[in-house]
Amino acid sequence: MSTITQKLIGHNNGKKVMMHAVLLTYTLIALFPIFVIIINSLKTRKAIFNDPLALPTPDTFSTIGFEQVLLRSDFLLYFNNSLIVTVIALFFVLLFGAMSAWALTEYKFKGNLFIALLIAMGIMIPIRLGTVSILNLMADLDLVNTLTALVLVYIAQGLPLAVFILSEFIRQIPKELKEAARCDNVSEYKIFFTIILPLIRPAMATVAVFTMIPIWNDLWFPLILASGEETRTITLGVQQFVGQYVTDWNAVLSSLTLAIVPILVLYLIFSRQLIRGLTSGAVK
Amino acid sequence: MSNSNNTIKSQFPWHILFFLAPGLLIYLCISVYPLIDTLWLGFFQEDSIGKRTFAGLDNYRTLLFDAVWSEPFWNALWNNTKFFLIHMLVQNPIGLFLAALLSSPKLRFSNSYRTLIFMPTMLSVVIIGFVWQLLLSPLWGISENLLYAIGLGDFFDSWLGKETSALITLALISVWQFVGIPMMLIYAALLGIPDDLTDASVVDGSNPWQTFWHIKLPLIFPTIGMVSILTFVANFNAFELIYAVKGAVAGPNFSTDIMGTLFYRTFFGFQLQEGSTTMGAAVATLMFLIILIGVAIYLFLVQRRMQRFQL
Repeated sequence: MSTITQKLIGHNNGKKVMMHAVLLTYTLIALFPIFVIIINSLKTRKAIFNDPLALPTPDTFSTIGFEQVLLRSDFLLYFNNSLIVTVIALFFVLLFGAMSAWALTEYKFKGNLFIALLIAMGIMIPIRLGTVSILNLMADLDLVNTLTALVLVYIAQGLPLAVFILSEFIRQIPKELKEAARCDNVSEYKIFFTIILPLIRPAMATVAVFTMIPIWNDLWFPLILASGEETRTITLGVQQFVGQYVTDWNAVLSSLTLAIVPILVLYLIFSRQLIRGLTSGAVK
Repeated sequence: MSNSNNTIKSQFPWHILFFLAPGLLIYLCISVYPLIDTLWLGFFQEDSIGKRTFAGLDNYRTLLFDAVWSEPFWNALWNNTKFFLIHMLVQNPIGLFLAALLSSPKLRFSNSYRTLIFMPTMLSVVIIGFVWQLLLSPLWGISENLLYAIGLGDFFDSWLGKETSALITLALISVWQFVGIPMMLIYAALLGIPDDLTDASVVDGSNPWQTFWHIKLPLIFPTIGMVSILTFVANFNAFELIYAVKGAVAGPNFSTDIMGTLFYRTFFGFQLQEGSTTMGAAVATLMFLIILIGVAIYLFLVQRRMQRFQL
């Protein structure tokens, strides 16, 4: 930071206070709704209505909502389904995405540009628009109400952005590295898996975050392709549960809390990487 | 380079196939083919036993001009446009404003603010929809009491239940959730502006406001353009929030119906109407065209104009 700017702004303490006041207010606006839901999920029904803003005290503390949720629905199963779908889809998006990005940036062949453009289009055109035919296709393949259907759709959904971001990174890898390996007669496969893949690991982390969140949070495809009890993901599970038990405030608040807390914990652990990815220019 | 290439050229490049095929195959089968097939299906009609006949543009004629279909369609399109405009007028300016504050030099806790303000963006739209439904519920009264506490209690209404306010309320909920995205992207762009540029304007006697308005803002135009097109695509593809809070019928009286919910109802049907694969495909095709027009405008108009500002 330059000294001129520092001096000009440093003098102005009142302005600093104002800025903090504005940012703090907005931070409260962003957190307050989530906070209210979480504290009320730990209270008795009476306390929820009597004083929604109070923290749970020994008098008002109750886990009845969570008991109801776990009793009436298969939350652990939903959670497990979401985890399986997200992890497997993520693995293949990263692997196939990196492989495709490498093929498209490293080798010159006929149709290279066309394929690159076709994949780039997938960044802007939502896969959702093909839902009618995806459902037909999955029905033909007998994959409706399976997690495989979701995994396949999410791989296709995640690939374009993965290829785009990873290509940018692969382009920056110095030529000499690859040439040296080729001179030593190292095979193309080995160059990719032992030299390139480890080098693009930071970019993979960025891609992982951008791929993971939409998959975990998606309602559309679970609703359409896998709405059966056995294959419900957590988002669909919560949606159905809340729809069914609207009037049971304890249960509704608890189910929302169960959906929110794991993501918040993960987010607070990985926020540094995520924000670095968002602001590093990888997505420009 | 030429040496190794010569030896490779002589035989079929299996390694390229190996690297490209798995990803490309899945992408072609699950993304490209269904999209093309959907566009194609929109030209067909289906009878009650599922037999398809080619119908040319009939589906589109029905959708756009037959009152039974066209009223919901134009209603959804108009609502979706409003939904988008609210995002452009509220979400992106707030995002820009927060980014401008956060990027000011030597601001303490800047990282914490960023992390916390971005938090709602990470959660599922469905969950956020339910959260706000509870908070705005007259039954719970939490918003009502808060408004009374600051003397605005008389303004409270069951906003989500009223035809006139439901869509605006839902749009603002979505704005609340996603404001972090423009904030982050614009923040990154602001950090990327070289110091000598802003210093030069300060030396020339412009105040911080002028510096921001005349130097920084034009430089981050490409980012604002990108944020706009991302907002456009996301909004015209939205579904979850309306479905979670208002159900597939997007009440009251279809006042919150947008393209995504219309597509869902047309494809799967609802109380009054049977679902139709081909009509669903036609609605999806129109959504595709809308998004394509938006992207084209962005690429040809906005991108080109912006190049003037690039360094």
